[in-house]
Amino acid sequence: MFENIGRIVLLFFGNCGRVSIFFAKSIHHGVQPPWYGRQFLRQLIQIGYFSLPVVGLTAIFTGMVLALQSYTGFSRFSAESAVATVVVLSMTRELGPVLAGLMVAGRVGAAMAAEIGTMRVTEQIDALVTLSTNPLKFLVAPRVLAGLLMLPALVIVADIIGVLGGYIIGVYKLGFNSANYIQQTWKYLEADDVISGLIKAAVFGVIITLMGCYHGYNSERGAEGVGRATTNAVVSASILILFMNYALTVLLFEK
Amino acid sequence: MSNPPLIRVENLVKSFGSRRVLDGISLELGEQESLVIIGGSGTGKSVLIKCILGLLKADSGKIWIKGEDITTLSSSQRQEILTHCGMLFQGGALFDSMTVAENVAFGLVQGMRMDKKKARKIALEKLKAVNLSPAVANIYPAELSGGMQKRAALARAIATNPEFIFFDEPTTGLDPIVSGTINDLIIRCVRDIGASAISITHDISSLRKIADRVGLLFKGKLIWTGTVEEMDKTKDPYVHQFINGLPDGPFTQS
Repeated sequence: MFENIGRIVLLFFGNCGRVSIFFAKSIHHGVQPPWYGRQFLRQLIQIGYFSLPVVGLTAIFTGMVLALQSYTGFSRFSAESAVATVVVLSMTRELGPVLAGLMVAGRVGAAMAAEIGTMRVTEQIDALVTLSTNPLKFLVAPRVLAGLLMLPALVIVADIIGVLGGYIIGVYKLGFNSANYIQQTWKYLEADDVISGLIKAAVFGVIITLMGCYHGYNSERGAEGVGRATTNAVVSASILILFMNYALTVLLFEK
Repeated sequence: MSNPPLIRVENLVKSFGSRRVLDGISLELGEQESLVIIGGSGTGKSVLIKCILGLLKADSGKIWIKGEDITTLSSSQRQEILTHCGMLFQGGALFDSMTVAENVAFGLVQGMRMDKKKARKIALEKLKAVNLSPAVANIYPAELSGGMQKRAALARAIATNPEFIFFDEPTTGLDPIVSGTINDLIIRCVRDIGASAISITHDISSLRKIADRVGLLFKGKLIWTGTVEEMDKTKDPYVHQFINGLPDGPFTQS
């Protein structure tokens, strides 16, 4: 049994090391010219623009549910006026980044792992090397950088749409006064709430793209290998997001 | 050979886990020479090429390219050397997110930082050299047939006018007529740009067309080398079995 525990622990730290080296190398190569502007732009659109529908839908339903559920709770001790505050704080601090992160991990992380994995399996990555192009620089760096920038942007959108969802339920279903609800939303919201959410989002953006690239890059042979890479990318990104979310919350909470 | 060899490999060893794929290989490639390495499936032919190109790291042994020991170079220095080489992959390995012309021009634009317009012009010339019409330049590799993909990949491999080219099973999976065309194109393109070539194949008819010298790989070792004429005359039982495709012989005994 100890043997098994030992093996798992070794495997875990081995993987952590490999991911870190992969990340460091990508950054190291990514910051040196030549830069691949077109690749970067394409990733910005892929990650940012094309994720808008998914993230938007997630955010609006979450905001609506939040309003309904917190109303149920708060009405039991006549604190209904807190609904707007709860919605906006939950969205910006927690649910915006986490849910956007998880949705994007499913959408973008999986697609990246599959694309890069297929490139690995069909020797396109080797071909890049023989054509004097560093694959980490050409494939990984633009993706990670785009993730770092686009996730916060998506989360801003998710925050706004989520609050809007809460507003719709609050005003049209729960009978809040529109001006009142908006005032309650702003009243207790601080810049730190939004910023802490955006910091989380940036970290999640790196996690998602890094996991997608890492697993795709190290994909094993054949369709099965690519399939496994895709699964691993999404699962590891999701778990890391939830873990880092906790770690960051603790860190930012104590500030 | 008066000139120093373009590529020299000495005692190359590479294992995957406990399986020793290359077991002390040594070879030399002279200028404008075409070396063909034959051997059964899974005997490490691709691994050998990938080690020379630095795509795989050898466990031990030395590899000199143009007099430089590439096993001691940093990755950026190795990249510099790779600008002198071209490689035709088994499946073509064309980038499927780019058009055929962009594929062919890739090494020029990214590797040699050439102006895009100029690179495209050269790409179109190279496509013509492999008998592809300019009409295919703007379509994506997935829309091409297997033979056309191979030809486009060949155009990409020769686009930078490399000094040496590697061919990984250039005719595998193609019908005899298309194979014949590819062989002719390989000979012509390599000769036109004055390059040396290392090819791996198990297609004997292809070998007879493109080889100056032949090496037979078995169990991680180069067990026989010689010219094509020597290959036909030799009494070596391994060579005899392989080129005649006999089911019985030393290959199948061990």
